Amino acid sequence: MERRTILKGGAALGLAAGLAPRTLLAADPVKVGFMLVGPKNDTGWSQHHYDAAMKAKEKLGDGVELMVQESVAEGADAERVMSQMALGGAKLIFATSFGYMDSVQNVAAKFPKVMFEHATGYKTAPNASAYNARFYEGRAVCGYIAGKMTKTNKIGYIGSFPIPEVVQGINSSFVNARKANPKVEIAVVMISTWFDPAKEADATKALLDQGCDVVLAHTDSTAPLAALKAAGKFGFGQSSDMAEFAPAPRLSSIIDNWAPYYEERIKAVIDGTWKSQNVWYGIKEGMVGIGEISDAVPADVKAEAEKIRDGIAGGTVHAFQGPLNKQDGSVWLKDGELPDDGTLAGMNFFVEGITTKMPS
Amino acid sequence: MDLSHMNAGVLVASLMVASVPILLAALGELVVEKSGVLNLGVEGMMIVGAVTGFIAAFHSGSAVLGFVGGAAGGAALSMIFALLTQFLMANQVATGLALTLFGQGLASLLGQSYVGQKPPLTGKLPFGPLADLPFVGPVLFGHDWVVYFSVLAVGAISWFLTRSRGGLVLRAVGENHDAAHSLGYKVRLVRVAAIGFGGAMAGLGGAYLSLVRVPQWTEGMTAGAGWIALAIVVFASWRPWRVLMGAWLFGGISVLQLNMQAAGSAIPVQYLSMSPYLITILVLVIMSSGRSRASLGAPASLGQNFHAAR
Repeated sequence: MERRTILKGGAALGLAAGLAPRTLLAADPVKVGFMLVGPKNDTGWSQHHYDAAMKAKEKLGDGVELMVQESVAEGADAERVMSQMALGGAKLIFATSFGYMDSVQNVAAKFPKVMFEHATGYKTAPNASAYNARFYEGRAVCGYIAGKMTKTNKIGYIGSFPIPEVVQGINSSFVNARKANPKVEIAVVMISTWFDPAKEADATKALLDQGCDVVLAHTDSTAPLAALKAAGKFGFGQSSDMAEFAPAPRLSSIIDNWAPYYEERIKAVIDGTWKSQNVWYGIKEGMVGIGEISDAVPADVKAEAEKIRDGIAGGTVHAFQGPLNKQDGSVWLKDGELPDDGTLAGMNFFVEGITTKMPS
Repeated sequence: MDLSHMNAGVLVASLMVASVPILLAALGELVVEKSGVLNLGVEGMMIVGAVTGFIAAFHSGSAVLGFVGGAAGGAALSMIFALLTQFLMANQVATGLALTLFGQGLASLLGQSYVGQKPPLTGKLPFGPLADLPFVGPVLFGHDWVVYFSVLAVGAISWFLTRSRGGLVLRAVGENHDAAHSLGYKVRLVRVAAIGFGGAMAGLGGAYLSLVRVPQWTEGMTAGAGWIALAIVVFASWRPWRVLMGAWLFGGISVLQLNMQAAGSAIPVQYLSMSPYLITILVLVIMSSGRSRASLGAPASLGQNFHAAR
């Protein structure tokens, strides 16, 4: 018998033994693993997941024990960390970056008794859920404000990788900026990392050099806002509110609100009602929040942006609504048509009007 | 390719700024390696410099004091390396790697309460109307003092290593520490001084990141700049002016590819992103295909510990 099999068996036994009497022994906490792609205090993406985990734990009390591992590289490292957590007795593991997707699938197959939750992916398994937020709904609001606020008619967008989540954000920002200002153009820079403050600052400066005066960032640090502040231009908070940069350069923000979901899922494990699912929540469900629109934004623009926000929540306004063409001029959505979730989740094209080519 | 939107002056100016951290760190490491010591802890010393510089600037309200603090922080960390490798004879490669890991942890501990704070600003030096000249203005007269300092440092170190007595002693120690010892030079002292200098320069580079380029403290903010600095020293075959070229090449391409994207260039960015590394490999292949190790320019005693009793 190989050592791994013994370990696995041991872990499974341990879990089974730990699970059965839980209802009787309240003192035995449920171990929940959180794997973060950046440092837990990056003031953006990872910090928000971490804070949400802490909030969920606070709500659920002593019945939960957290195992947090920060700055885990996507790839082989992620599998090692998750296996370690599973062997260490974790009952539920949250993997909070898109790039962990295949690692989650691999580890989930090895530990069928451990439940997995993967953020922003689309692959599921009987013991692995996927959860994602409709960030592009938030981008619609920010894009609209950006379109109104730009004086050079040029907005910038810092992306990480050309994955569907980022492409949705770019398209949504642009489509809604055009609604606010038909002359607006967008410049896109991909920096091939989620977190590198120096590179994010450089990308911001490159966009400013190209004449952009409002920059939306889809990366994890506050470096773009710091650079925008120095230049006296505008931007938005990303992942967390980044209110320390309000009222300018931070005009508003897209807030990832994971805490209610984490609480719900951990509770489901405690109650034994956890089932694999694939959810995609937006402004309506509260997973995407829009930060307070600052006073640097004129009152009428603010009111209009809030109307879009509430309209999206109520289902009367949509980030994408036909007529919309793809970049090559072919029809994507006919007049009044709405995209289905499948197309959105796999979005790999820019809409008409964006001049940047999709990296292949 | 449409480069008409790109302003060459602004581009060159921003590549000079972008390469300052790696240039400073690489210059420090060059001196360390010339003395025969291989310190792989550049990344760790940089990030400690970034946080101590930030803390010093934040509390004193002076950016200049911040840079002093950054240099002091980097130098202090390097003294741990000096103690371990020069007095306790620890393996330099292992100690250097450990120093990086330790530095990263220490920096995030020190920086915990400084996340989200803003440092005092480092302004551009006032050159008056000169700064408005086309091309020359932004390239030569549009920078903060650290940029000029980093270029001056290249000249000063080049002079020191080739023209001064101290530099010759340092190189002698790096080439053959036994011979230098038998001539009566204090090998350990020279090396400890070089290590301290290297730490201070790496700390300065880190402080430039947290005080000027980003400017704020964020955990993990060096993001591999220290490793690039190490690569540049080899790329430059241990010559100061080539370090400057290498730093501008690395810094330049990273800025260029961002600017080209922003300008809507059709060249896939992946090719640009990997080009500095490709060039490094090419240079290494060409240089090492030469006659001997000497053509590469590596100090002969690099990475070897010295013990007087041997």
